[in-house]
Amino acid sequence: MSGRASPWPLAISARTVVTALGAGVEPLRAALRDRISGLAPARFPSAPDGIWTGEVPGLEEAAPPPGLAGFDCRNNRLAELALRADGFAEAVRAAVARHGAHRVAVVVGTSTAGIEETEQAYRRRPEGQAELPADFDYRRTHDLQALPQYLQARLGLSGPALVISTACTSGARAIMEAATLIAAGVADAVVAGGVDSLCRLTLQGFNALELLSRGPTRPCAGDRDGITIGEAAGLLLLERPADAPPGATLLLGAGASSDGHHMSSPHPEGLGAVSAMRAALDSAGIAPEEIGYVNLHGTGTRANDAMEDRAVHHLFGAAVPCSSTKGWTGHTLGASGAIEAVIGALCVEEGLVPGCLRVDQPDPEFRSAIATANRATPLQRVLSNSFGFGGSNCSLVIGRA
Amino acid sequence: MIRCTVHGLSVWGPGLSGWAASEAVLAGTVPWSEAECAVPAPALLSPTERRRAGATTRLALAAASEATEAEPDRAALETVFSSANGDGAVVGALMEALQGEEVALSPTQFHNSVHNAAAGYWHIAVGSTRPSLSLGGHDAAFGAGLLAAAATALVRGGPVLLCAYDVPMPAPLHGARPTAFPFAAALVLRPAEAPGARAVLELDPRPGTVPEAVPADALAALETGNPAARALPLLRALAARREASLRLAAGPESHLELRCLPC
Repeated sequence: MSGRASPWPLAISARTVVTALGAGVEPLRAALRDRISGLAPARFPSAPDGIWTGEVPGLEEAAPPPGLAGFDCRNNRLAELALRADGFAEAVRAAVARHGAHRVAVVVGTSTAGIEETEQAYRRRPEGQAELPADFDYRRTHDLQALPQYLQARLGLSGPALVISTACTSGARAIMEAATLIAAGVADAVVAGGVDSLCRLTLQGFNALELLSRGPTRPCAGDRDGITIGEAAGLLLLERPADAPPGATLLLGAGASSDGHHMSSPHPEGLGAVSAMRAALDSAGIAPEEIGYVNLHGTGTRANDAMEDRAVHHLFGAAVPCSSTKGWTGHTLGASGAIEAVIGALCVEEGLVPGCLRVDQPDPEFRSAIATANRATPLQRVLSNSFGFGGSNCSLVIGRA
Repeated sequence: MIRCTVHGLSVWGPGLSGWAASEAVLAGTVPWSEAECAVPAPALLSPTERRRAGATTRLALAAASEATEAEPDRAALETVFSSANGDGAVVGALMEALQGEEVALSPTQFHNSVHNAAAGYWHIAVGSTRPSLSLGGHDAAFGAGLLAAAATALVRGGPVLLCAYDVPMPAPLHGARPTAFPFAAALVLRPAEAPGARAVLELDPRPGTVPEAVPADALAALETGNPAARALPLLRALAARREASLRLAAGPESHLELRCLPC
């Protein structure tokens, strides 16, 4: 093949999420509507004092099937719960019947995969033993590829598989690259998204950076004090619209950029964020005023939210309502872009702008139109932002043509 | 099938100290001999960033720098960084630090532990705001990176830097995931019609895994010692300017049928 094929639009033929609100899209949809948060004081072992988390319930019941027991770890249990919910595995089977198992790719993001299994392996060593326990299966748990390998094995897929790890943009970036594979002609359908699980590394790491909120995160509040870390899985089955159920919500475009500025601080003026958003709008062929709602990355840190406000205001002024939904789910790191893509689709389908939770007034310094209460309004298109360490930025456009 | 063209190249590994020094060895006109490879300091990084970047990032940046030497504007390239293990030294140190009673991780180590750390340092070094992808992929990481980079060149139409790199992890992670030596390979890819190419690549993803071949010589024996060294058959064909049909692991359940056609 030569010459360039536009990837856009793609249809979201099926989607599934697992968040602190429970397994499946319905608990998330109801919680968004009723403004119920999934965050709670941390129960995770040796979490820093005073923090909250967005821990997923029911993981103890989510062991992989017996033939895939070697994959058992917290991250793959999240993936397993996602596959069981929302008829997702069945939808993938139908896609396999349409296209063939080798034409269904897997492109998924994760920041830490099953590293929690490694943390446990270090702890399980008897006193005086340096080596990790013999039953520790690095390849099928800690290794980044464990995630797509599990999904392929569980779903019977033999197409291309990519695992993307660009910190907190992993899930969004995976969705963008899924579209690249379809446009390149090497896949007809892609299981795309992200999975990330609670672990000591991220809890203690963000604590060391003094970025964790004491109490639940309050993105965009004037007195916001940081992130609440969550865990989640979000998976989308992406296909060309002609192959998808009629009326399926569309992935209209995606754009990415790098800051090229600093490893852990965003560019203060949000130049990278602006160029990712602009690239996403350009790929969708739409102008900023055609976006009805911006789902912010909105982590709740001082720096991210201030930068993102400037970047969003630069493109959208105060005309487009925007908010962060991390008050519901926490910041689910490499899964956040994927679950927020699903949230974007739900907002379009429900006609809902979900206002930031637990925020009475937005930061008075902010100039963009931060929503703090739910608003019912017809929505055609949502822009969803993800930004991450290493200066990685990615924006998705979701909605109707 | 995806077609793209190959431009700049780099390799760093045992007895392979950069493309310029290794091209004849890879082409088979000079015999390969085992020697530790001395990776140069990343000249493109500012002194502050250079202090923060560990051995894994330095290796990746050495390969990325050499492969882009002839580029008019390094900041114009999209990038795909591909590594199975990421920065094992950083991850290992953090795992050890988490075992203490009073856990206090190093903030710098934590942000260096992200898999896209090398990519982040590269984009800072060259002042690039172009999109960047960081991939894992266990022993198929090079093939996965090649597929992603070639698809990017085709679909978005611009130049793409692919940089594959891996470094042995420290004990005890090394025992669970052995990597024999450091290795990095980098290629600049452009769409099929781009002028000035060394070769055209045709990639076709296929289902099924590739059986491990018995190494034909000492250089080929390196291929299984490091995920990035899976690039060797392609690098050897490119160095020899030889037409080649290769099969390259690209995922848990798939591989690439790869044709290399010298220009």
